[in-house]
Amino acid sequence: MLVYLLKRLLYALPIALSVTLVCFLLVHIAPGDPLNAVVPADAPAEVVNALKAAYGFDKPLPVQYVRWLGRALTGDLGTSVATGRPVADEVLSAVRNTILLAVIAAIIGFALGALLGGVAGYRHRGIVDRLATALSVVGVSVPHYWLGMVLTIIFSTRLNWLPAMGAGPGGSKEWLWDGEHIRYLVLPVATLMVIPLGIVTRTIRALVADTLSKDFVQALRAKGLSDRAVFLHVVKNVAPTALAVMGLQLGYLMGGSILVETVFAWPGSGFLLNTAIFQRDLPLLQGTILILCLIFVLLNLMVDVLQPLIDPRMRRS
Amino acid sequence: MPPHPSRMLRRLGGIGLLILASLPANAETVARYGISMADIPLTTGQPDRGAGAYQFTGHTLYDPLVAWEANVADRPGKLVPGLATEWKPDAKDATKWLFTLRHGVKFHDGSAFNADAVIWNLDKVLNDKSPQFDAKQSAQVRPRIPSIASYRKISDDTVEITVKEVDTLFPYQLPWFLISSPAQFEALGRDWNKFANQPSGTGPFKLDKLVPRERADLVRNPDYWDKTRLAKTDRIVLIPIPDAVTRTNALLNGQVDLIESPAPDTLPQLKSAGFLVVSNVTPHVWPYHFSLLPGSPWTDIRVRKAANLAIDRDAVVALMNGLAKPAKGQLDPTSPWFGKPTFDIKYDLETAKKLMKEAGYSKEKPLKTRVIIAQGGTGQMLSLPMNEFVQQSLAEIGIQVDFEVVELETLYLHWRNGAKADMNLGKGITAINLGYVTSDPFYALTRFVDSRYVAPNGVNWGNYADAEVDDLLAKTRVTFDTRLQDQYLAKVHQKMVDEALMLWVVHDVNPHGLSPKVKDFIQAQSWFQDLTTIGMR
Repeated sequence: MLVYLLKRLLYALPIALSVTLVCFLLVHIAPGDPLNAVVPADAPAEVVNALKAAYGFDKPLPVQYVRWLGRALTGDLGTSVATGRPVADEVLSAVRNTILLAVIAAIIGFALGALLGGVAGYRHRGIVDRLATALSVVGVSVPHYWLGMVLTIIFSTRLNWLPAMGAGPGGSKEWLWDGEHIRYLVLPVATLMVIPLGIVTRTIRALVADTLSKDFVQALRAKGLSDRAVFLHVVKNVAPTALAVMGLQLGYLMGGSILVETVFAWPGSGFLLNTAIFQRDLPLLQGTILILCLIFVLLNLMVDVLQPLIDPRMRRS
Repeated sequence: MPPHPSRMLRRLGGIGLLILASLPANAETVARYGISMADIPLTTGQPDRGAGAYQFTGHTLYDPLVAWEANVADRPGKLVPGLATEWKPDAKDATKWLFTLRHGVKFHDGSAFNADAVIWNLDKVLNDKSPQFDAKQSAQVRPRIPSIASYRKISDDTVEITVKEVDTLFPYQLPWFLISSPAQFEALGRDWNKFANQPSGTGPFKLDKLVPRERADLVRNPDYWDKTRLAKTDRIVLIPIPDAVTRTNALLNGQVDLIESPAPDTLPQLKSAGFLVVSNVTPHVWPYHFSLLPGSPWTDIRVRKAANLAIDRDAVVALMNGLAKPAKGQLDPTSPWFGKPTFDIKYDLETAKKLMKEAGYSKEKPLKTRVIIAQGGTGQMLSLPMNEFVQQSLAEIGIQVDFEVVELETLYLHWRNGAKADMNLGKGITAINLGYVTSDPFYALTRFVDSRYVAPNGVNWGNYADAEVDDLLAKTRVTFDTRLQDQYLAKVHQKMVDEALMLWVVHDVNPHGLSPKVKDFIQAQSWFQDLTTIGMR
């Protein structure tokens, strides 16, 4: 197991390095001037050039990349061109806010998805199956920013039950786990959980139905095992794939949804990314993408580690 | 037996006193303000994020030497004394300006404002060898104070600023230059990042709390030197909500008390729910800035005039749900620099078609050209729908416009580089659509028509050069008679309109949505707004 873990870690390193290179290049290929965030639109060329030199944007791209990577390896992601604040602080604060949304959305979405998918798989082609399938198709198909807007119109502006935006009455820095603050979570979480709910429902439904049709399930039933015991066998067979799908979904949620966080003005990583993109704040953009990619790589690594623990066949292979 | 009336009155009085005693001695008044920016602008002295940001973390926390009157709504503001009580050119050498400083002003940290503080702040943005030099603040303000050549302290209450050439409009540059506290900078270990969290200026508000991208709490400065501008509200919470629909929802939901720029299509809902939408003439114009380089179709004045006559501006205003004003030129007719142009900008399709015919074009034989536009962004209003409207209107008279759609940041690059740059000329781009701030003579007129500011020296994008205009601007720079200044500037504007130098469509009106809880709000005819005027019920 230790060797397997080390192997996975070794695989993750080149992936992370490639990610840094790709994100660096993508950010620099995009049109626009990295200094637009800090100079007035009609700033003369001399001011722009002086500032380019001050930020090192006048150096060749490979030099800029090596310098940035060297600093990133020591945990220094530089400072935001627009605000002058350390990128690491900016990203970590935003990621913390996104995790709050993502974890709750994932817990609810995965639990409901597992329940609906499981029942639908057991009741294949029944009413419950059709309902669950319809719900999952809707979940996957509805643009979630649109859903966010509709929910806000209904529950915030019409009924005035829930806040329309923000991360608590005093901002995310003063977050408390009380009713007043939890109200701020309801609409963004409800919006975010719809996609993972749909995908997990569909996946588990298909896996359960497929597993139930396998010969070994007939054999178990023929041996006289109870429904509960058969169910446990089904779960064991379904779990590795379901876990992989959930890991990917959690990764997407952790990345923060630019659209959902913008609709709810939620100060998470998606909102930060949006700001960085529109301001052409290269250090912030690079830092945010890097951290989000590393989170994604880490989550996949965790799934890779968990899967063999559940399914011994993977250990053997 | 019923209680005696006098006893009953005493009891009632007692209950009343109890209720009064239970109320907080000084209930804090709070105004929560949903602003359209994605982040709180810089709080160190010179705000980033454009002219609109000065009202939030500029003129609230800090003061300039010469201020802009932003607490009047019924007329354009004017220059008024700020930290300088008086300013005048030296009698012997008009390139030297003498500023008499206000006595008894203290920074929020308690240190005294004096001539040393002014010199220190000029070094902060103009002298990159000084320890307090801040590249970010410098980048914000240097383009706005281009005339300054040097400066020195004459005495504790007098500062001399020398300009590069005689320029009587120089004081208009000074509301952009704000004074931070040298003592606070030293106390915080000469660290501008720390200063951003604990800023100290002389302004009518102090910063109480800053959560990047989420909120900034400004609290009233009770010791503010200008007692006529003491803040009416104890605390103003600035909340960045960049999305217009989200901002409007927050207002409808009661999470904020006032917002900038409500989404136009939500206006009926806001009004029917008892919210107030206020707007005013704003120094802003939404034009097509023409290239006048050889080969550009806009070199023909008949085509330029026809384009201006082809737009039904009332329909554009309707498209904006009333949140715009038809343009009659670069400036609004209420401006002292509007003049008396003979070319009346209005919707006159027949004359437009006639002019195009004279120029050799028609719907059947259209002029084909390319215009660069932004997909949206600050100051661009409803960029895409408005541009599509203009495109259809121009097609009616035989001008077939093809759009190059880019992001606003990219558009700025094309703008700064001028029509002659390969990125424009090489792509066949002959006009650029960009919302312009027109707050003072330089921003409204000079930078676009003075031949010295042809790109890349400035943003005379279209390469306009006219000896008469240059002469008028030169005369404006050297006369100290403001009446004459206005006359010269009016002539410049008149000439711009008569030559139809741009296709002027509408002016922004900078709308605000207010909840019924907001008692007072004065919207100045400026990008500088005075937040001290916000009063809550």
